[in-house]
Amino acid sequence: MTVYAAPGTEGAIATYRTRYDHWIGGEYVPPANGQYFENPSPVTGRTFTEVARGDADDIDRALDAAHGAAPAWGRTSVTERAIILNKIADRMEEHLEELAVAETWENGKPVRETLAADMPLAIDHFRYFAGAIRAQEGSISEIDGDTIAYHFHEPLGVVGQIIPWNFPILMAVWKLAPALAAGNAVVLKPAEQTPTSILYLMELIADLLPPGVVNVVNGFGAEAGKPLASSPRIRKIAFTGETTTGRLIMQYASQNIIPVTLELGGKSPNIFFSDVAAARDDFYDKALEGFTMFALNQGEVCTCPSRALIQSDIYRDFLADAVARTEAVKQGNPLDTDTMIGAQASNDQLEKILSYFEIGRAEGAKVLTGGHRAELEGDLAGGYYVTPTIFEGKNEMRVFQEEIFGPVVAVTEFADFDDAIKIANDTLYGLGAGVWSRSGADAYRAGRAIEAGRVWTNNYHAYPAAAAFGGYKGSGVGRENHKMMLDHYQQTKNLLVSYSPQKLGFF
Amino acid sequence: MSDDTSSPGTVGAPPARVAVTDDAAALLVRLREKHGELMFHQSGGCCDGSSPMCYPDGDFITGDADVHLGDLAVDSFTVPVWMSRNQFEYWKHTHLTIDVVPGRGAGFSLEAPEGVRFLIRSRLFTDDEW
Repeated sequence: MTVYAAPGTEGAIATYRTRYDHWIGGEYVPPANGQYFENPSPVTGRTFTEVARGDADDIDRALDAAHGAAPAWGRTSVTERAIILNKIADRMEEHLEELAVAETWENGKPVRETLAADMPLAIDHFRYFAGAIRAQEGSISEIDGDTIAYHFHEPLGVVGQIIPWNFPILMAVWKLAPALAAGNAVVLKPAEQTPTSILYLMELIADLLPPGVVNVVNGFGAEAGKPLASSPRIRKIAFTGETTTGRLIMQYASQNIIPVTLELGGKSPNIFFSDVAAARDDFYDKALEGFTMFALNQGEVCTCPSRALIQSDIYRDFLADAVARTEAVKQGNPLDTDTMIGAQASNDQLEKILSYFEIGRAEGAKVLTGGHRAELEGDLAGGYYVTPTIFEGKNEMRVFQEEIFGPVVAVTEFADFDDAIKIANDTLYGLGAGVWSRSGADAYRAGRAIEAGRVWTNNYHAYPAAAAFGGYKGSGVGRENHKMMLDHYQQTKNLLVSYSPQKLGFF
Repeated sequence: MSDDTSSPGTVGAPPARVAVTDDAAALLVRLREKHGELMFHQSGGCCDGSSPMCYPDGDFITGDADVHLGDLAVDSFTVPVWMSRNQFEYWKHTHLTIDVVPGRGAGFSLEAPEGVRFLIRSRLFTDDEW
């Protein structure tokens, strides 16, 4: 067991500045309007730094820097860019523990997750795209003996990226790594709940990237996000968040005729077929952990397995074991490596989760465990903690249909395969899903029948860089991860070349 | 063209679908002074989803995919509240009250710079209402 010292206290391995400006052109630049906003740690509820409150002027300056850097960056060889991405990964790896503690302090998630998941995945993401861009090839179509179509990948130029707060560094890297590999310059706006951990990273890698290739402007959505998303000076906008803002961003993009990629969340079903309980073995144990994954990252994951569907004949026994497993989740100081669930990222998230406890109960859903705020002691008393919660009810209830973004799972039973698929697909969303079965054939059929972009089969919440991630239905547009992601950050240039000296004969 | 669903029932004069708390109404008065006429669109999905988003009226383009839940009567003005039609199918049995809490929402909602966040409080319609 290790308990890391909180940033800003004696013995801390990560130290935040007391104030953060924007990161523009490779250096800190004060906000044009001179304003800052407070950044509280969800661990304690107390402010630990203040952050530039950007507006349209700052976005413009960042776009100036990005446009200044983009042409040269886009012309660098893929080898050079890959080397830089690999160096970034190496630098992050050297500072892995420090970055993990910094992110935990800002987001509230347990440090065991930032150490074992967020940072290693972010590091690997840079390495994956460093490799992918070097291996990428254009294509040649031989139209006829004298006519050849050459297809080249070209960068888009300057792109905008709006980052969520649930994985402040990993979600930024998911968008940055492919954009940079493809040769784009970026203006990035972090979420206002987690504005500084990405700046912590930018400082660490400042000497590796040419100035202006990545620019970070903080601020509120209405003041900084909107001028970025609606700017005619970006060639693409990428957003992770919720549906109304997703639609708004598409509306802005339509005015500038630019592409968007949107990842807008889900209400992911996690399906447990009867044969899961055929033995009390390692697989059964793994399936119970798979159920409990709703508490990973405090449930603040777009693919949170927030609906558990259990086949009727094992329903009572499996659910009893699942409740016991959930009650064994250790909540406490996020900086303690033994802690399994930390703090919700902000007070309004906490309030929203509590409001769903009310509506869930009002609709007749039964609370099997949890269902309340967790009151921790000492320094943690002001933090935003929720006890992992299991609701039992029916799929049409609002707690089954809406993303609560907390450690809350809604459980119901199904009769057979068709019933399972019907319930699983009765949702507006289609981002993630889980299927658990000892039968490869049943699991395969279920995975193909579920309308979701990612179906974890006999596992959950793995995010390797080489697996495509994105939504069906209301969950968004486009994919992240996988080399196909490069396409979202590239134009296709076609040279259609005639080697024939003969005219066509039309004129 | 969008359906007006401000009344859940079909007979008589049923109560509104949406309401606003005094604190939220006071905030709307201040936001209107800064930004002009306002609107809400109820969000779904991840991060700050499942929360009401407040915009300058018309900034978010509504259409056939949306339903108009009603208008909040605030002081001397009203604020329309919208929701996606498909989301409404799952919400239509609940009455919604827009409240405000301290916090820091993301998204482009106008109140975030004030250090507060609009929040939906829901209750089931009673049999009498429905």
